[in-house]
Amino acid sequence: MSSTVKVRLNVNGTEHELDVEPRLLLVHALRDSLGLTGTHVGCDTSNCGACTVHMDGMAVKSCTFLAAQADDAEITTIEGLGTEDNLHPMQEAFWNNHGLQCGYCTPGMIMSASALLARNPNPTEQEVRLGLEGNLCRCTGYHNIVKSVLDAASKSGAQA
Amino acid sequence: MSVTDAAPAPHVGRELRRKEDPPLITGRARYVDDISLQGQLWASFVRSSEAHAKILSIDTSEAAARPGVHAVFTGEDMADLGGPLPMAWVPPGVEVNNPEHWPIARGMVRHIGDPVAVVVGDDRYAVSDAAEEVIVEYDPLPAIIDPEAAIAGAPYVHEQFGTNQVHQWSLAGGDVEAGFAEADVIVERRVVNHRIAGAPIECRGVLADYRAGSLTLYTSTQVPHFVRLFMALLLGLGEDHVRVVAPEVGGGFGQKLQVYGEELFACWASRRLGRPVKWIETRSENMSVAHQGRDQIAQVKMGAKRDGTITAFHVKILADFGAYNMILTPLIPSLGAFVMGGCYKIPNVQTDITGVFTNKCPTDAIRGAGRPEATQMIEVTVDQLAHELGMDPLEIRRKNFIPKEDFPAAVATGVVYDSGDYHKTLDKLMEHVDVSAFRAEQEQLRSQGIYRGIGFCTWTEICGLAPSRITGPAGVGVQAGLWESAMIRVHNTGAVTVYTGTSPHGQGLETAMAQITADKLGVDPSVVEVIHGDTSMGPEGRNTYGSRSLATGGEAVAKATDKVAAKVKAIVAAELEAAPEDIEVANGKFSVRGSPDKGMALADVAGIAYIGAVPEGMEPGLEETTFYDPENFVFPFGAHACVVDVDPETGKVKVVRYVAVDDCGNPINPLLIDGQIHGGVVFGIGQALYERVYYEESGQLNTGSFVTYAIPTAAEMPSFETDRTVTPSPVNSLGAKGVGEAGTIAASAAVTNAVIDALRPLGVDYMNMPLSPMRIWEAIHQGQGASPEGGPQS
Repeated sequence: MSSTVKVRLNVNGTEHELDVEPRLLLVHALRDSLGLTGTHVGCDTSNCGACTVHMDGMAVKSCTFLAAQADDAEITTIEGLGTEDNLHPMQEAFWNNHGLQCGYCTPGMIMSASALLARNPNPTEQEVRLGLEGNLCRCTGYHNIVKSVLDAASKSGAQA
Repeated sequence: MSVTDAAPAPHVGRELRRKEDPPLITGRARYVDDISLQGQLWASFVRSSEAHAKILSIDTSEAAARPGVHAVFTGEDMADLGGPLPMAWVPPGVEVNNPEHWPIARGMVRHIGDPVAVVVGDDRYAVSDAAEEVIVEYDPLPAIIDPEAAIAGAPYVHEQFGTNQVHQWSLAGGDVEAGFAEADVIVERRVVNHRIAGAPIECRGVLADYRAGSLTLYTSTQVPHFVRLFMALLLGLGEDHVRVVAPEVGGGFGQKLQVYGEELFACWASRRLGRPVKWIETRSENMSVAHQGRDQIAQVKMGAKRDGTITAFHVKILADFGAYNMILTPLIPSLGAFVMGGCYKIPNVQTDITGVFTNKCPTDAIRGAGRPEATQMIEVTVDQLAHELGMDPLEIRRKNFIPKEDFPAAVATGVVYDSGDYHKTLDKLMEHVDVSAFRAEQEQLRSQGIYRGIGFCTWTEICGLAPSRITGPAGVGVQAGLWESAMIRVHNTGAVTVYTGTSPHGQGLETAMAQITADKLGVDPSVVEVIHGDTSMGPEGRNTYGSRSLATGGEAVAKATDKVAAKVKAIVAAELEAAPEDIEVANGKFSVRGSPDKGMALADVAGIAYIGAVPEGMEPGLEETTFYDPENFVFPFGAHACVVDVDPETGKVKVVRYVAVDDCGNPINPLLIDGQIHGGVVFGIGQALYERVYYEESGQLNTGSFVTYAIPTAAEMPSFETDRTVTPSPVNSLGAKGVGEAGTIAASAAVTNAVIDALRPLGVDYMNMPLSPMRIWEAIHQGQGASPEGGPQS
């Protein structure tokens, strides 16, 4: 509408330069400007975590960031984590353990869970539960999500 | 890559990981908001800030003048609709007050969020800004929020009826008064089932595209086939010119079993403006205007002989329907009435339902729809009765179980339970739960100030919604047949496409249906694609709700596949010079019984069918359709145990352990069953402990976001222990029953009984949900001799 600002984003390894409204949410920049629709919006209040992406290696809720705040950041979305032919271990674990049903919370859940394992590669069940407190799922009752994360942790431990 | 893991048949019964998952876990799936069309406009609704008011004026000039705004519409602009939004329940012999309900309010608003105007413009930010500039002048009227006050009299939500009563409906079997006369003990309670939200993580969304006389609507719905019918009727279009697509749907829980005004508006506006129109719901809209559930107050009365034999159960339900009837609103409590005897042999059962309007969001089906309420009434009351009689809560249950030799069991409420073995599920539960060890531990913990309780729920329910002859216009009164369809297409190459009339949204039906078809055609499930949720593909369907998609839709798939297999066998028999009845499918081939090496794979047969080299008199091609209308409902059942710790200092409840033993007939894919149980149980725990839609007396909604409406998180939940017994249903060839609602139906009663068990030493003998810290703390401090109504209601 009014004035725009220039934002440089590195998303999934690709550099983008965008002219955006200063108020544009990062999640809308990813979805509407870059067409990366794997990152979802569920609550508008930073409760549900469906919009979780990695920004400079940290899991952040992209509905809580302005695109302008992400200037010069390196962002990874679910599309950059793995593909159908080359799944990330966390994606594989969610598939193997029936860690999803409707799939809407799943990208955010996988991004949070992979960030969790990056800082704590061998969590207890309770640490997984507390670590995923910011991501809501209405379908699975979390049982198989927690199982998926623990499975991914044990497999990466086995590889290490 | 192979989507499923190759494994030998049979595939039915195996824990196959889901075919659905690769696009979902990689962010490649498409939900409504992921779809954009060239030239699309965005819509933003202006919603009522008043709970009840006359609209004096709407000034749209400022909004319309803003950059990027194409139009601002109010209710009067939509005068060309073929009629108001539908209500599809017409119970024979029962009068239902059914007010007109329009996509945009006409003159009056009746709950917070009622739509008043809609701005349509270039992008989502622009229309949202402009909506704030629409100036609405209201003349506020007194709002009525409490259903008991509303049924007593004015103010009226709909003045023209001179009452807030929607309807009265009863279902009686036997003679409850005679049953109470026989009873030695009678227990009466007030059972409150508070209002909850479906709260799928994906809010609703629509994208309508009307061009050159045809309409395509993408909508986040469970019921694309119903939506198509009503879009056609209300817009004056032929159904053949309306296509409704439910793309990936991010959870439904009944909330998306609806024909919504926003869907109709988007279609209407797209035709009016000649552009695609998109609307994506905000969470605060979802929490205030997408239909909600429960909100029933029941006065229950249960009588029993001294030995625990239950003689009568009488329930009087006041059901709060909110401001309007949605598609099935007044039917919902009746669904519970059919199983008001639970899994017990009670000769006299009566349910009397009164529906009432209030100035709140309408209610309708939310996961379980009437059966969680009925189960709460039965199972909490049975516990209360056991305590009154000094009996063990499990002993009284066993005493009254319908014995397995009674099945199929005609019960007092007039339905026939298809199959059951309630002792077996409870026995299985007892293999996991050592009650005497628990009691010893409970005693010991109390001495340390820890109040631990155990609660049980032995439940059954009515689902697999169908059959038309019972549910339809001449029966219960739903104005639709509830059969299900399937079409199977074997392609030239032997790949298979299954078209189902159901519309799954997370349940895993693509995988389950592929397993069913794969076994019958001797192929791997990875070559069976399942298509759903698009009215332009496959036959007319009846959608997904009421735990019906496997028991009706899966059976339709089985029957259509059987038709294909019969044709395949006829072709193979001709090729191998054998009789069709001697052809069997084994090891991926159709072969003559006893000569497995001389067989033909499905791909070979498909080749013959499409070349046209079929036996004389047979049509070419390999494709069959079935419309399946079952003879009966299905009645899954189970036995659940919940263990909680209650902190008497704070009133906080922690679920320590939850064990669920369920019986949904023959398991098609146990992985999916467990997933449904986990999620269902948490839905029930959520209601019991955390969730509550709360309106202030003024009609203001306090729970308009996930900040104030607390759905459970991973941190509060335990892991679950699940097990099952298998009692096949005789209703369908799969022997399968529904499981989507089972966990929810069972859980809230198990949690409630556990919390009461924990609180008894503190003088609390009865409590209603929500079992929030504050209410528990208050109940403890009211202490001894809690009233029969059971402590604080607020």
